Amino acid sequence: MMDLLSVEGVSKRFRGLLAVDNVSFRVARGSIFAVIGPNGAGKTTLFNIIAGMFAPDRGSVDFAGERIDALAPDEICRRGIGRTFQLVRPFPALSVEDNVVIGAMLRRHDPAAARRHAREVLARLDLFGKRHQPASALTLPDRKRLEVARALATEPKLLLLDEVMAGLRPAETDRMVSALTELNREFGLTILLIEHVMRAVMALAARVLVLHHGARIAEGAPAAVVREPAVIQSYLGAEAVD
Amino acid sequence: MTSRLLDGISHRGVALLAVLLAVLLAAPWIANDYLLTVLIIVLYSAYTGQAWNVMMGFAGQLSLGHAIYVGLGAYAAAALYVHFGIAPWLGLAAAIAVAVACGAIIGFLAFRFGVGGVYFAILTIAFAEFARIGFDHFQWVGASSGFFLPVANYTRNDLWNLRGDPTMFYYVMLALTVAAFALCHVLLKSRIGYYWQAIREDEVAARSLGIDTFRYKMYAAVLSAGMTAVAGVFFAFYYNNLFPEQVFHISRSIELILGPIIGGIGTLFGPLIGAFLLTGLSEAMQELLSALGFDAPGAKQVFYGLCLLVVVMALPGGVWPWLAGKLRVTRRDP
Repeated sequence: MMDLLSVEGVSKRFRGLLAVDNVSFRVARGSIFAVIGPNGAGKTTLFNIIAGMFAPDRGSVDFAGERIDALAPDEICRRGIGRTFQLVRPFPALSVEDNVVIGAMLRRHDPAAARRHAREVLARLDLFGKRHQPASALTLPDRKRLEVARALATEPKLLLLDEVMAGLRPAETDRMVSALTELNREFGLTILLIEHVMRAVMALAARVLVLHHGARIAEGAPAAVVREPAVIQSYLGAEAVD
Repeated sequence: MTSRLLDGISHRGVALLAVLLAVLLAAPWIANDYLLTVLIIVLYSAYTGQAWNVMMGFAGQLSLGHAIYVGLGAYAAAALYVHFGIAPWLGLAAAIAVAVACGAIIGFLAFRFGVGGVYFAILTIAFAEFARIGFDHFQWVGASSGFFLPVANYTRNDLWNLRGDPTMFYYVMLALTVAAFALCHVLLKSRIGYYWQAIREDEVAARSLGIDTFRYKMYAAVLSAGMTAVAGVFFAFYYNNLFPEQVFHISRSIELILGPIIGGIGTLFGPLIGAFLLTGLSEAMQELLSALGFDAPGAKQVFYGLCLLVVVMALPGGVWPWLAGKLRVTRRDP
């Protein structure tokens, strides 16, 4: 079993808008896979279908050999898919640490064990020093990190990251990239990310899928994909050519 | 177990808790009869406030119809006692079962069909009103003319049948309040408590972390209903009379939630502090106004309302979070 995630012919329509149009791709176990495309290309909708927020109108999603497209978000998380939200959703009144403890409790019912695991995850994402602050007090980049930490604490096999680099400074982006690379190397964590920050995509992803108007326009290694005329025209624009 | 009970409370907090408990335990020897009945009301509101807090403060589900559980518990135990001579401690099981079933029905309807927020609150009010109207016509328990428990002068306290003097009722209520406090403390520190708070804070995010939100909301609804029904049994045997217009009335539900709101929603001490403040305020207002010879009808309510307004505006998070900061009783790093 090479592919951890396999999306076959998935479509989703919202009234008149065909948000995702017959999209298929496979994510190999242990790999890092990026989905890019202009705003409104259907990336987040595709993510929400994989994470169980929406059922697709057509097509199927298979994870670890089982069909998951009819499952609820919590069941999908229990199967081993962790996710972040593009518009971050921390538990604002709780401390940073408690936010992550709640994630850790999925696999560790004992609060003390969950807390120990949460602290390891927090240290990995440079949030350990801020663990006692309420989540509502964090800056946006820190909230994005908290989203990653919380999802990671559920010990997913596949991590879905929805624009976690947005708003990060270049140095912070590099820190996040190296944290994700470590997770991928050390634990074989498979990562599927939506990203606009090409610096991160080029550094992380082994394969890239490009969406435009809900449909696939290119897929392949990042260096090759960014040279494809269709991709340059629809997404990257003139500045990416030079 | 003891360590778990005191987990997260500073030494100062433990000391203050011990002093408070000692004072409450000694109260019947110090206080006169009037003060003792006031303290019974305080503890009763602290207990019911704590029960409601499980649902709203911990799990974020606003119930404005909690009087239904008080009423169901009260009527169930009272009816078993009056009609079949079943002692209240056995009737308690039936009371809890009836309230839990009712809580499960309301919870199922709301949570399965995505009724949340104010719509959930309206649903809870509707059920309490159904019960009020239904019991108004329920002849077996006296309907609208009321249901009465036999009252006589007891030579000694009969704890098994909950017949006795105020001191006995005081200790029963104190034991219930302490038990509810300890239960909530342990729950808050365990997985279920964390999951409730996650649901309260953001249900979508909670689901994405693998939390079966339906199941945990049901646990909160059922536990809160069961705990509230216990207070209902106490209510029936303490007051010895039940009228649907009284026990199921929406004003009862509102009274019940004022304590935790003033004290601090979602906090352990909130319901306790709120109960002391509100009952204390209400009684003090009474004394003050009669001492001043001020006897306009409704004056007490107006002043009471004004005081509540001041508290809510000055401390929107409730009194306890502010007081806890002043007393330095919460420990950050367990």
